[in-house]
Amino acid sequence: MTRARPKPAIPVDSGEPKIHVALTVNGEPVERQVSVRMLLSDFLRHELGLTGTHVGCEHGVCGCCTVHIDGKSARSCLALVAQVDGAVIRTIESVAAGDGKLHPIQQAFQECHALQCGYCTPGMVMNILARFEEPVPIDLSDDGIRYLLSGNLCRCTGYANIISAVRRAAELLGRT
Amino acid sequence: MKPLLFAYRAPKSIEEAVVAVAGDGDAMVLAGGQSLLPAMNFRLAQPTLLVDIQHVPGLKGIAIAGDIIVIRAMTRLREVELDEGVRRANPLIAEALKHVGHIPIRNRGTVVGSLCHADPAAEMPLILVLLGGSLVAHGPAGRREIAAADFFRSPLTTSRRHDEIIVEARFPALARDAGFAFDEVTRRHGDFAIAGVGAIVRLDAQGRAATVRLAACGITDRPVPLVEAEQRLVGTLLASSDVRAAGAAAAAAVSAADDMHATASYRRRVVAALVERAVAKAAVRAKERTAS
Repeated sequence: MTRARPKPAIPVDSGEPKIHVALTVNGEPVERQVSVRMLLSDFLRHELGLTGTHVGCEHGVCGCCTVHIDGKSARSCLALVAQVDGAVIRTIESVAAGDGKLHPIQQAFQECHALQCGYCTPGMVMNILARFEEPVPIDLSDDGIRYLLSGNLCRCTGYANIISAVRRAAELLGRT
Repeated sequence: MKPLLFAYRAPKSIEEAVVAVAGDGDAMVLAGGQSLLPAMNFRLAQPTLLVDIQHVPGLKGIAIAGDIIVIRAMTRLREVELDEGVRRANPLIAEALKHVGHIPIRNRGTVVGSLCHADPAAEMPLILVLLGGSLVAHGPAGRREIAAADFFRSPLTTSRRHDEIIVEARFPALARDAGFAFDEVTRRHGDFAIAGVGAIVRLDAQGRAATVRLAACGITDRPVPLVEAEQRLVGTLLASSDVRAAGAAAAAAVSAADDMHATASYRRRVVAALVERAVAKAAVRAKERTAS
């Protein structure tokens, strides 16, 4: 026989200040009523179920949560959803083609064995992708690539294969 | 972690924004959020109201008027770094910006936000002090200009009044014949500097240092000009003994205590080495820029 447990008194509405936001995520229009303190990273994961954006440090150091805001790479843990009302957001879920064909950057990561646990990979790919889309020449020396990746921490690979992958991606994308 | 609860407003005019900030003693101004939001996520900053100025008209972009580069409050660090006009007028700014955080941070963070955050180890405050620039504050009574030398008071503290919003920073252009350099030492790229040094050097026809400007970050509670080190160099041929003497004078200006990143004695050695490197590089560039 199961004993009836008292229900915990979880409030239905916390009474937090709320804001209505309308933005575009991976090409789809999205509208929600959210707490003003909601971070973009939590919005993507919890409201939209886009769990490809990973959350590591929540203070802008690890780079795991990197997405594109209006075409530029940015930390989604350092943006409030309220701030990106009306913006165009792009996450890792949009990078491979609809049929599952990998983007050249993803293909390069696969070919070069540039990931092990994969936790940092979405942030790496979004950062590199934004940089390749920027019309500014890229320094593809080891030092130049390390500079590009300086804001993305990986605790498995030791970075050597990631550096090779960036160079391979540049080949595949004709940016050498 | 997540920020504590706060109210959020995104006013559409500077007057409305100033009224909002003035009305709450714990209000904070939000621009790019790359310093404020980490502090809020850690709950080191606990504003009760955030006033987001991104929709205030007239706060975007860069204007170069004569010898002054005006960087408005919502202008992102990366935008300034890549701006050709800024690079021509003052290449020192882009050189220092490469050391600020990482590209995704610079895509969101603003120059004025970095100045207002006033971390004693930050690069942009040092550059503004080195160049003798200024900031423009908009308050209930209108606008006032604040010299960089009067702006930075102590860690994370400036002479901005609570009911003022900094609307622009004014960076002087670099003289055509002036050599420049910025360098810093960090544990990892993008971290705050253990110490950083900026240098501006002009040479006379005999190759003697006609004017020398030096400033450092990370060595005390705010960015500071290195006046004694400058005096050791003016009028000299910048021989290695002159430059070493300037480095030693800079080391004597270190007042930061030991911390988790570096001991005070290591910091003194770092700032001395940085002064030597920066002066040497600026002198080479002064020759090149004078010749071209």
